[in-house]
Amino acid sequence: MKRIQSMTVLCLIIVSSLTAQVAIKGETVHTMSGSPITNGIVLIKGGKIERVGPASQVQVPNGYKVLSGKVVTPGLVDAHSVVGLAGMLNQTHDQMQLEKSEPMQPELRAIDAYNAREALVEWLRTMGVTTLHTGHGPGALASGTTIVVKTVGGTVNEALIDSGMVAFTLGESVSQNFRSPGTSAKSVAMIRSEFLKAQDYLKRKGNKDAEKRPGVDLKLEMLVRVLSGQTKVLFTAQKATDIMSALRLAKEFGFKMVLDGAAEAYLVIDEIKKAGVSVILHPTMIRPGGDARNVSMETASSLQKQGIPFAIQSGYEGYVPKTRLVLYEAAIAASNGLSFQDALASITIGAAKIIGVDKRVGSLEAGKDGDVVVFDGDPFEYTSHVCAVIVNGQVVSETCR
Amino acid sequence: MHQRRLLAFILFVTVASLAPAQEIPQAFRGATIYPIGGEPIEDGTLVVQGGKVVALGRTGSVSLPANAVIHDVKGKVVMPGLVDTHSHVGDGSGGDRSNALHPEVRIIDAIDVRSKGFRKALAGGITTVNVMPGSGHLMSGQTAYLKIRPANTIYDMLFCPDPVNGICGGMKMANGTNSIGEKPFPGTRAKSAALVRQLFLKAQDYQAKVKAAAGNPDKMPKRELEMEALVQVLEGKRVVHHHTHRHDDIMTVLRLAKEFGFRVVLQHVSEAWKVAKEIAESGVPSSIILIDSPGGKLETTDIRNENGVELEKAGALVGFHTDDGITDSRLFLRMAALAVRAGMSRGKALEGLTIAGAKMLELDDRVGSLKPGKDADFLVLSGDPFSVYTHVEQTWVEGNKMFDRSDPEDHKMAVGGYEVFRRSLYMDACEGGVE
Repeated sequence: MKRIQSMTVLCLIIVSSLTAQVAIKGETVHTMSGSPITNGIVLIKGGKIERVGPASQVQVPNGYKVLSGKVVTPGLVDAHSVVGLAGMLNQTHDQMQLEKSEPMQPELRAIDAYNAREALVEWLRTMGVTTLHTGHGPGALASGTTIVVKTVGGTVNEALIDSGMVAFTLGESVSQNFRSPGTSAKSVAMIRSEFLKAQDYLKRKGNKDAEKRPGVDLKLEMLVRVLSGQTKVLFTAQKATDIMSALRLAKEFGFKMVLDGAAEAYLVIDEIKKAGVSVILHPTMIRPGGDARNVSMETASSLQKQGIPFAIQSGYEGYVPKTRLVLYEAAIAASNGLSFQDALASITIGAAKIIGVDKRVGSLEAGKDGDVVVFDGDPFEYTSHVCAVIVNGQVVSETCR
Repeated sequence: MHQRRLLAFILFVTVASLAPAQEIPQAFRGATIYPIGGEPIEDGTLVVQGGKVVALGRTGSVSLPANAVIHDVKGKVVMPGLVDTHSHVGDGSGGDRSNALHPEVRIIDAIDVRSKGFRKALAGGITTVNVMPGSGHLMSGQTAYLKIRPANTIYDMLFCPDPVNGICGGMKMANGTNSIGEKPFPGTRAKSAALVRQLFLKAQDYQAKVKAAAGNPDKMPKRELEMEALVQVLEGKRVVHHHTHRHDDIMTVLRLAKEFGFRVVLQHVSEAWKVAKEIAESGVPSSIILIDSPGGKLETTDIRNENGVELEKAGALVGFHTDDGITDSRLFLRMAALAVRAGMSRGKALEGLTIAGAKMLELDDRVGSLKPGKDADFLVLSGDPFSVYTHVEQTWVEGNKMFDRSDPEDHKMAVGGYEVFRRSLYMDACEGGVE
């Protein structure tokens, strides 16, 4: 009986922390849904944002845990990562972002590979990243799917908030990972052939005679989802020629795509704008080598000037550091022509829109998830700290880092 | 455009050989000067001439030579050129896979002075650099201390006057997993240490023979390049730069240095926070690196940005390095700023970028701080050295402006793009054009 009682108490504690009521006071609150609020307050109840406004209008009710800091922002949204599939150790057992048996495996699901307890997930969380678009990485023509998760939860089910996209890549990295395709032109030809197969598969599936319908083919099923617009393509292409090929493929097969990486976007920026695609831009500090040799720290600013929707990603790293941090990457963009607000948007609301979760995250508005970060200064300054992180209304970190 | 620059360099070198460089004094007036090793000077003036610092102090208190060219740098920050104690710019190479220990191999025989890496370093404010061979060997070869001057050949960049018989750099060593491998490489940590000890014992023997010969050429042992370099190490004339990550590997380096009495700089020192006291007590300096997240290899899963503050608190000498391409030379100031974020004092972090590194390379009589008589290597920054919004506006080396962000070509080096980092077609062909 005693044990049951103590279990009940334990459960109550857990439940109360889950539904904790939190008030966050900020000298400046960047809501990302309007102008910044001076001396603002964010109230969170039941995991959701209850109210946001200036201290003159918002009272903190009794019983709320109060946190305060100089600058308050929405939880950061990393628009493209491989963390959770790729782990901190960089050993065979924790590198699940790329299957190299075949260059075209869109059917590989990120939910079957995401490790919610990966140390890098925790590390990102403590640095303010609360939403992560992660999954299969670049490096194969089609490497598999991605997912959108919160950086909390012990299982993928607890972390998952949205199905993601299918990751496609064009570039030198594909030819390094596979014997074929060995060239850019072959890469495009192989992708086109697979989509033609998927079109045919779809036709045969519609056959009135059940006997003549094809058996379920996981790969083609996924490509059919792409063709029907149910799933977007996350198309990694760094070089201008590969960007143009990606845009051409999307047009030929009518699929929806988000351009990813896009190191040479500035060379074909009019074409990108004309195509109406959004861009999940490479990390600003990506090493200038390989496909990304021509990377510029000013591309975010160029995209902004053209009115092209974009987000800044942490990307994929094969060595040290094993992941980048979008906070740091946006900071470098902010010191290279992008305004503070636009830089912050690229890792909050702008990113949330591109990955399709802006109804839940990316800004501080009543009804949205209680994801908040508290800083002790300008979030982009090297010497400022992330001092508190709240995910789904739970305070997950209170140490200045 | 690159050719134009190259021509300018060649022209400069030619002109320089005709008339001593920078005879006309130049004054930089109005900036906040961080001289290093002294309090910051608000509204300061720096005077340089003949490639050296002539004077510095509060504007008004420094007498300006009548013919001085005046540069108005009001509102800017002036500080010494940065010293990068561990970099791989210059596309150099060290020992090959035939052996785990290559003390005789010199990186000066393999550096491309036209490599874009040097211009990238200048864009980041780096003026002095220790270019090293890699860490895939217990001893991968002799490093090169370089000043990033206008250079047509490697001789134009060296600090040492005699590249054949002089000591132009340190000795690169490594322990831990990078230097472990198939035979003839060691398979374990203990074997790594044993191989190093055996080689140093041999060098001690050689050293004794040289000593016994007392200058008599008939009694001198046969010349051996490996032994000659190691004797320089044993005599403390050539500093060992030792790649090491884990706390136990750090202790192994300290133990070997004590046993053989060589001078050493710990490089990377990822787990310094665990043995900061031991490092400080040994009197060995640490050149640390900060990376944007832990991991990527087993030995760096416990790396902390707090290494800087922990070593500082313990009383050890702390410097920084880019390990370019692990981190980007253009973001070297950022690394020290992240150490400040983790608790290091601003003063020690600034020293870590300058004079501490100069001491580690034994070049502190020439670089690392702004003092009359020292080399006129300095930066003009747009603001606080530790702010993300600050840019390196100008980099001056021995009185020559080597980088100017307002020049469109230099701007491209600072931000990237437009093929500025394309290497030679030969390099691309060798490596398949990948990083």
